[in-house]
Amino acid sequence: MEAQGKRKFSVREIREDFPALRQLIYGKNLIYFDNGATSQKPQYVLDAINRYYSKNNANIHRGVHHLSQQATSDYEDSRKFIASYLNANSSDEIIFTKGTTDGINLVAYSYGELLKEGDEIIISTMEHHSNIVPWQMLCQRKKCVLKVIPITKKGDLMMDEYEKLLSSKTKLVAVTHISNTLGTINPIKEIIEKAHAVGAKVLIDGAQSIQHKKIDVRELDCDFFVFSSHKVFGPTGIGVLYGKEHLLEKMPPYQGGGDMIKKVTFEKTTYNELPYKFEAGTPHIAGGICLGKALEYVNQFNIEDIEKHEMMLADYAQDLLSTFEDMNIIGESKRKTSVVSFIIDDVHPFDLGTLLDKQGIAVRTGHHCTQPLMDFYKIPGTVRASFAFYNTKEEIDVFIAAVEKGISMLK
Amino acid sequence: MTLEDKQQNIIEEFSMFDDWMQKYEYIIELGKDLPKIDENKKTDERLIQGCQSNVWLDSSFENGKMTYKADSDAIITKGIIGLLIQVLNEEKPEEIVKSDLHFINDIGLHEHLSPTRSNGLASMVKKMKMDALKAI
Repeated sequence: MEAQGKRKFSVREIREDFPALRQLIYGKNLIYFDNGATSQKPQYVLDAINRYYSKNNANIHRGVHHLSQQATSDYEDSRKFIASYLNANSSDEIIFTKGTTDGINLVAYSYGELLKEGDEIIISTMEHHSNIVPWQMLCQRKKCVLKVIPITKKGDLMMDEYEKLLSSKTKLVAVTHISNTLGTINPIKEIIEKAHAVGAKVLIDGAQSIQHKKIDVRELDCDFFVFSSHKVFGPTGIGVLYGKEHLLEKMPPYQGGGDMIKKVTFEKTTYNELPYKFEAGTPHIAGGICLGKALEYVNQFNIEDIEKHEMMLADYAQDLLSTFEDMNIIGESKRKTSVVSFIIDDVHPFDLGTLLDKQGIAVRTGHHCTQPLMDFYKIPGTVRASFAFYNTKEEIDVFIAAVEKGISMLK
Repeated sequence: MTLEDKQQNIIEEFSMFDDWMQKYEYIIELGKDLPKIDENKKTDERLIQGCQSNVWLDSSFENGKMTYKADSDAIITKGIIGLLIQVLNEEKPEEIVKSDLHFINDIGLHEHLSPTRSNGLASMVKKMKMDALKAI
């Protein structure tokens, strides 16, 4: 990969890098609009996976032999690259996890150990179940109180209500950077500043932002940032928890096992240093290495070019969808990214999703693991088209025609 | 007509369709034609909750035979319910319990009955059979 000059942003050339995009589904060219659920993988990442298993496969951190040292250095180099990609202070702040959900659970468990009865945690109405349930479990365990930031009908957080929820009792604010259902980009910098003003820490769920935006954890000043590899063109089953070093130091280990220990006796065990303290057992080595490769792939481009293209796609799709009769766009924030969620009166999302599938178009239907948000809008679910930088306007034209056909069959 | 004959009829009917959209057009029509079950019968005991769509099933047993009525909030799910009812209605519970509903597979709709599809249909078939078993 070029280190200095950025690669020219050409969707046609980018599509060439993704073999999964070149296939027929039910005899139709695949149109993949389910990027919010997971992204396709570029050849650059696929080659790295293949290289790891066909050449460098060995367990890490404990072998004296050549392969083990090679795998260890690839794994740790990846951690260093991820640290620099996120602009973290050090690679000790990068904990490999199974994914976003695992990262949130780690913080809820481990940071949660430092909380006491009556402490308050703030989340928002638009959170994914992964950023709701771990906090509910923590609240049950430690008798803490969960507070929820309400949203407007358009899908924006009510920031004045957020301020009212903040107090000296607030110990943690956990919000999503970008809503997986609405596409709303939350004003996280402001959220973080306001939380810090009352002494609370902030966890940002970056599952839907890492693939669309430049993330600078130091500039944001967030305390924790979590994301999954598979949404940013890397393998499944691996993700990252970024945490500020002094906080991670204070937190007890989450799981016990190999790699996370310094010395074990039956009387007492001492724990390893960061980041290994939080990485019990043999990790997903290929995943860790190839997540780094996926970020390297993205890093070839100016992320602003990616953002611009995806915004254009979302605006284009939303404008065309808005012309349909009985159309309800769910999530109409002025600050939103490449997600368009909608529901049409008297058309069940499952039916439309099934008919789109049979026309070769992959979208997501249902509640998108945000049931409280569906309750807020009083709908059973939505059809969600979510775009990535390899999608095109032409694909949206085909999608719109397919939606039209679907509606004509269902109504 | 035996339960197997009814399955064969459906398989034959579906063999006339050239593509998926035609198949679904037909299923949607079946869904629209399926008699609705009374709103007051859409109780929690009759509800089979799926992740994607919900199904309500009302089974009854009279004169040695089962009668099923069912409804769904999704029209494609409803259409497939219509097919299942065509096959299982007015059959003896013993026949229903031992039936192999292979027609779903043969007409290419097996994906709708896989438990991972979570549209409530897989659980509905199970409940249709359980209700028949209770009647034996």
